[in-house]
Amino acid sequence: MGGLLRKGAWLALMVVSGLAMAQAIDPLPFRDHAEELRFQHLTGELRCLVCQDEDLADSNADFARDLRHKVFELMQQGKSDAQIKQYLVDRYSDFVLYDPPVNPRTWLLWFGPLLILIAGGVAVGYTINKRSRTGTPAAPADNGDDW
Amino acid sequence: MTPELGQLALILALLLAIAQSTLPLLGAWRGNRALMAVARPAASGQAVFVALAFAILVWAFLHFDFSVQYVADNSNLQLPWYYRIAAVWGAHEGSMLLWVLILNVWTVALALFSRQLPEVFLARVLGVLGIISTGFLAFILFTSNPFGRLLPMPPDGADLNPVLQDPGMTFHPPVLYMGYVGFSVAFAFSIAALLGGSMEQAWVRWARPWTNAAWAFLSCGIVAGSWWSYAELGWGGWWFWDPVENASFMPWLVGVALIHAQAVTEKRGSLRAWTILLSLFAFSLSLLGTFLVRSGILTSVHAFASDPRRGTFILGFLAVVVGGSLLLYALRAPKVAGGKAFALVSRESAILIGNLMFTVAAAMVMLGTLFPLLGDALNLGKISVGPPYFGLLFPLLMLPVILLLPFGPYLRWGKSDTPVLKQVLVRAGIAALACALLAAFFVQGQLKAIAGVASAVWVGVGVALYIVKRWREMPRGRRYPAEMAGMLLAHAGVAVFLIGVMLSESLSVTRDVRMTPGQVATVGGYQFHFDGVTQTTGPNWQAVQGVVTVTRNGAPVAVMHPQKRTYVHEQVQTESAVDPGITRDLYVALGEPMDPNHVERAWALRLYTKPFIRWIWAGGLFMMLGGFVSAADRRFRVKREAEAAQTITATVQEA
Amino acid sequence: MGRLLPFIGFVLLAGLLGFGIWWNSSHDPTAVPSPLINKPAPAFVLPRLDNPAQTVSKDAMLGKPYLINVFASWCFACGEEHPVLMAESKTFGVPVIGYDYKDDPADAKAWLAQHGNPYDLVIADPSGHTAIDFGVYGAPETFLIDSKGVIRYKRIGPLTPDVIAQQLKPAIDALQKEAP
Repeated sequence: MGGLLRKGAWLALMVVSGLAMAQAIDPLPFRDHAEELRFQHLTGELRCLVCQDEDLADSNADFARDLRHKVFELMQQGKSDAQIKQYLVDRYSDFVLYDPPVNPRTWLLWFGPLLILIAGGVAVGYTINKRSRTGTPAAPADNGDDW
Repeated sequence: MTPELGQLALILALLLAIAQSTLPLLGAWRGNRALMAVARPAASGQAVFVALAFAILVWAFLHFDFSVQYVADNSNLQLPWYYRIAAVWGAHEGSMLLWVLILNVWTVALALFSRQLPEVFLARVLGVLGIISTGFLAFILFTSNPFGRLLPMPPDGADLNPVLQDPGMTFHPPVLYMGYVGFSVAFAFSIAALLGGSMEQAWVRWARPWTNAAWAFLSCGIVAGSWWSYAELGWGGWWFWDPVENASFMPWLVGVALIHAQAVTEKRGSLRAWTILLSLFAFSLSLLGTFLVRSGILTSVHAFASDPRRGTFILGFLAVVVGGSLLLYALRAPKVAGGKAFALVSRESAILIGNLMFTVAAAMVMLGTLFPLLGDALNLGKISVGPPYFGLLFPLLMLPVILLLPFGPYLRWGKSDTPVLKQVLVRAGIAALACALLAAFFVQGQLKAIAGVASAVWVGVGVALYIVKRWREMPRGRRYPAEMAGMLLAHAGVAVFLIGVMLSESLSVTRDVRMTPGQVATVGGYQFHFDGVTQTTGPNWQAVQGVVTVTRNGAPVAVMHPQKRTYVHEQVQTESAVDPGITRDLYVALGEPMDPNHVERAWALRLYTKPFIRWIWAGGLFMMLGGFVSAADRRFRVKREAEAAQTITATVQEA
Repeated sequence: MGRLLPFIGFVLLAGLLGFGIWWNSSHDPTAVPSPLINKPAPAFVLPRLDNPAQTVSKDAMLGKPYLINVFASWCFACGEEHPVLMAESKTFGVPVIGYDYKDDPADAKAWLAQHGNPYDLVIADPSGHTAIDFGVYGAPETFLIDSKGVIRYKRIGPLTPDVIAQQLKPAIDALQKEAP
């Protein structure tokens, strides 16, 4: 059912463009669906260094393909997720992780929001406390229009 | 010849903007009515010239005027006319002109629909909008002129980035800017209130419809961007927490807080300073977003061409506008808490808690987005912050909001009785649990999906219960005032959104497969039958098109046509095939032929099933609708009778 | 005082953004600094480009410092770096090994024949697997490895006369002073 394709110039164009872009779509011989899921999850958390706004799972860069194959190879060797990530971090630094590690350098990142939440919570608590202290207001008449 | 007219129009617009900024503010300070009266005509004049400049740029694109550098960079002879119009805002210079045009749209709308605003107040509001306009027009004229010439004129242009040649991309920037820029109105109102010094809560009532409308536009713009990303980029995703996405999300989050805070201040007179501060934050974040996208300091798929000169200019502008407004706040914000008191169990408290969560969420997004830059500044090394960070912290912060949501309409201002709240808790809680158990049966223990169903039902039943309550208790015609209807729509949108996000994220299946023509692959219960490739052409592209027939249990479902397009200048673009559905999307992306010399043989394909993914955007659209419906409430436009009576009494007393 | 907090917060933010603009003007924002500086180079064994039967290994290179310059015939920026290497490679004082990265050997040989060969020897890594161990993610990149096989300096992007004078040569000199 494949249609007729004119060869010649058209094919040449396809070849050129095909070579120019190694695609992120990259079937690999997974043992089972669980392994495929693990691979997708792992490569989704890793950053492509060439197309730096994409994760490894979706980047079309040649280099991304190399790293995906490396991740696959390490998975086949039985390495754990943590070991695979460490392997890449040893060579490419923490930059390759979209999930920033938790260490003293990233405490501000991971605990900053909590600190802001606590500070804000104190402010909110103080406000409610102050407001509720100035006499219990009469519950407003419920006439339905003033809801 | 004509492009120079565009430049002239911009210069005239700048002069009028300067007049609009300085004279009315001076007049308001001095009580000089003549100076204040300059505001409206200056704003109208500026709008006319900006519209003219914009029209000239559109004209240049439509008529292939490649002597204009910007046109030559962003279009060519094969580009269809509708994308030539979209190309007007496809790159930095044109998008800045669009920004200013939209600012003028809001300004003119305000000038038209503001008969009830006091003269002094309106003069200040228009003056502030004039300052913003001045800054952007100066930015365009001095660093980002779209009318620069390219001589000698080339016979053909470059191209609009193929990724932008899509209806979503045509729609997304103007709508997004309507939102971004729309927050300038609330900003201007707040500045006017700070300058004026009199802290009557009436100005908040006037600000509310403008703020609701701006937020609704922003919601729509974000939905459009997410939708485009899904449909066009071939990765099957809809949100990546990319810096530029975050730049639009931060003002949206603060906007949610602002809408609710404005309600409190308008109806109860409390939280005045906080409402003002949120208005300043919302627009500041809009400006910050504009800066981040253009300064080049963040790596992003979206970033416009970076230029330190432009970055410095915008930063300077930010310093003046944001820094100035926050300084004004420090000096002039109300120092004494005003308005009515409220108890712990009250609507005010709930809104305050909600405000807290949304503000912290916005701060968290900012922290995550800017942390890599902070890492460079403090020598912490190169760190990436991506979806795993945001995707963990954001839901955690939103959990309290979701838990409180059903109680919102039931809570009374000031002090609420608990029995009715307990009733809601029990009813919504049981419904949520029941549906969660049912869902557990279907999704084989996928916790995220179960949590999604539970939370969506919790919120949705809460909304439904209140709708029923109002139906029973109120006579026809007074059941659902527009403001309330908008609130119910938006909250229902949250429930819809939750279903979409949680179910699609947990139940989607993706597979990369190698298929020869005639092979079948099974993904998510659907059979994908690959029927080989054909060749096809479009207005400015040629493509290899795959044919994929999808069946389920033998019954035909869809025939899908993923493409790999080659555009005029050899740019290759993957055009994924999407089969939309209410309960699921099917998604096919064409990869590479296994052998480039034999495209009739095996190909790599990526197949997806995505349950309920459309509910994500549907939820967003419900929220948008809610914003618009709320904004339309007549109550905001009509002077309250009591106020009118007061004015009459005061006048009589004076006489 | 609390009223002043937002303003102070903004001043800090503006400071950070201003830093960002300044930093971007003097740094390549996409460069990812190598974590392998002052760590041992990976133990590589790669065939020579001109004679694939012969291999070059890390062990064979121990004893004196040397440079590895990662290049490829398909790499545009390498074409820009090449004339600089042709002019200056002999002045470095250490051997310069060309590392042909993810390239067709025939293409690489033709490229060198056409543009000239500044290298003391050229090794080939057509698959790019060994390059991953070096932390290579594109071309051109240049590594300075000392006599003990430790990576002491890495340049991401093309070598320019300025970079050579201000960074590379001082690094080489420092090595020469260390171990006579």
